[in-house]
Amino acid sequence: MIDISQVSKTFGSAGPAVDDLSLHIATGEFVVLIGASGSGKSTTLRMINRLVEPDRGSIRFAGVDIRQIKPEALRRRMGYAIQSTGLFPHWTVAQNIATVPQLLKWSKARVADRIDELLTLLHLDPDAFRGRYPHQLSGGQQQRVGVARALAADPDVLLMDEPFGALDPVTRATLQAELLRIHALSGKTVVLVTHDIDEALQLGSRIVLMNHGRIVQQGRPIDLLRHPANTFVHDFVGRTEIGIRLLALDRVASRLRPGERAAGEPISAELSLREALSAFVARRVDRLPVVDEQGRPAGALCFDDLLER
Amino acid sequence: MSRTQRALSFCLLALLGLAYWLPRAEPVFAVLFPGRDRLIYRQDTFVDLLVAHLWIVGVSSGLAALAGVGVALAVRRAWGRAFRPLLETLLAISQALPPVAVLAVATPLIGFGPLPALIALFLYGLLPIAQGTLAGLDSVPASAREVACGLGMTPAQILRHVELPLASPVILAGIRTSVTINIGTAALASTVGVKTLGLPIIIGLSGFNTPYVVQGALMVGLLALTVDQAFAVLAQPLRRWREPDGQETLSALTL
Ligand SMILES: Nc1ncnc2c1ncn2[C@@H]1O[C@H](COP(=O)(O)OP(=O)(O)O)[C@@H](O)[C@H]1O
Ligand SMILES: [Mg+2]
Repeated sequence: MIDISQVSKTFGSAGPAVDDLSLHIATGEFVVLIGASGSGKSTTLRMINRLVEPDRGSIRFAGVDIRQIKPEALRRRMGYAIQSTGLFPHWTVAQNIATVPQLLKWSKARVADRIDELLTLLHLDPDAFRGRYPHQLSGGQQQRVGVARALAADPDVLLMDEPFGALDPVTRATLQAELLRIHALSGKTVVLVTHDIDEALQLGSRIVLMNHGRIVQQGRPIDLLRHPANTFVHDFVGRTEIGIRLLALDRVASRLRPGERAAGEPISAELSLREALSAFVARRVDRLPVVDEQGRPAGALCFDDLLER
Repeated sequence: MSRTQRALSFCLLALLGLAYWLPRAEPVFAVLFPGRDRLIYRQDTFVDLLVAHLWIVGVSSGLAALAGVGVALAVRRAWGRAFRPLLETLLAISQALPPVAVLAVATPLIGFGPLPALIALFLYGLLPIAQGTLAGLDSVPASAREVACGLGMTPAQILRHVELPLASPVILAGIRTSVTINIGTAALASTVGVKTLGLPIIIGLSGFNTPYVVQGALMVGLLALTVDQAFAVLAQPLRRWREPDGQETLSALTL
């Protein structure tokens, strides 16, 4: 879907912001660019929709060199959401979401339907929110509208620059879960920038760790945790936290002993093993009853099973 | 009708009422200035002077608004960015020159009549408008501009749909300041023979006729208040999205 090949970009006299970077992003992938501040993540993302033009190298989108596509036309095929939301303060929620459909000259009825569909998808009641202005929304609601606006014209690709960076942890976790749900539902290609390793591990089907404008290591979350390429990666994924983060990658369902019983308040099979560990420690037990999504008993989880068999 | 609109109606009625009443106000001025003849300015009607005054302010401010917004937009483009400091210096200089001096220098060069006055008023009007436009555009959140571009708006669409609507209250505030100042400055144009509401003031000053000065000053002052209030009414819908219940504080100049 997106083919970045040997791309470099230098601003002013400082060293290169992006340095000879190559990255292939397949259709439907959820790629997370992660790295410290100033490592060139945003610049890489912004080169994909031509907000930044590379000095060297080329980027292809669906097989076509993006320099062959008018920037505006290219951008209308890619959703774009950023940390500060950039909602237009003088437009209502509905008008904000309708930005790209209107640029594409959709009919009024189609735009109105799409607005309600997206508000519902992002768990905002259309009747309550359609007519509100951004300043009448909470930070989390603003970011939901920002995501809805990015999705509005059903783009092939979603580009997101630290979309949840300014949210409180609870709201952030909710929106992360919803983004995963939308990704699973729509099969869209997502490229997301973050500096939060837990967010990257939770969201990415592939994580690209950058430093000084170069890729240090890329792979599935479990690859980065199990086989860090060097001490930089090892430090970045958090030496002392690696075990905890490995547990966060798996669900209770994967270690469940079906049919077995245990005493006490049951936990959901959908919880991560990290949350299960927390339950073991908090309750001072080594067996927990587990229920499935419908709340039916599904089996038991043993403390020893947290270690991979 | 909002409070602002009511205030405007009140100012407008007072202004027209004053223009109608002054020629009939001899008894009142006779009490205020006893033992004088020629109590009321009668060389022109106050309505004529009002129309002439509005005309000269309208033309000079209209041109200043077009040019002021235009140059401000131009120096924000990539090709005009280098000229922004120059523009700001020129505007500051034009503002520092005393209006009477400009009229005194322009008149021998261009001749008597409205043209030198129009030029002087135009130059004074430019600064607040260009500054307001620059400040308004600077106040547009960078994130809104970034996303507008990132979602595929063309530069013209960004200007029309995002930058100008968000900057418009500040731009309008600049025009409002400029016009209000111009109404006062236009009175000075009567020193070079242009017919404005300043004429009774100038004649009154040179002939030691205080009633004339009072009459002209009352008209100019009330006109400035009325026009300022008209701008307050114009500004209301521009900020509606900020205050959805339509509340707006009255301008400081409201009576
Ligand atoms: N528009 C710009 N002008 C000048 N320097 C820039 C610009 N954008 C980014 N940079 C520089 O490029 C480097 C990489 O920036 P960025 O891609 O934003 O990093 P990240 O998103 O990883 O924090 C930084 O040193 C930054 O200062
Ligand atoms: Mg960044």
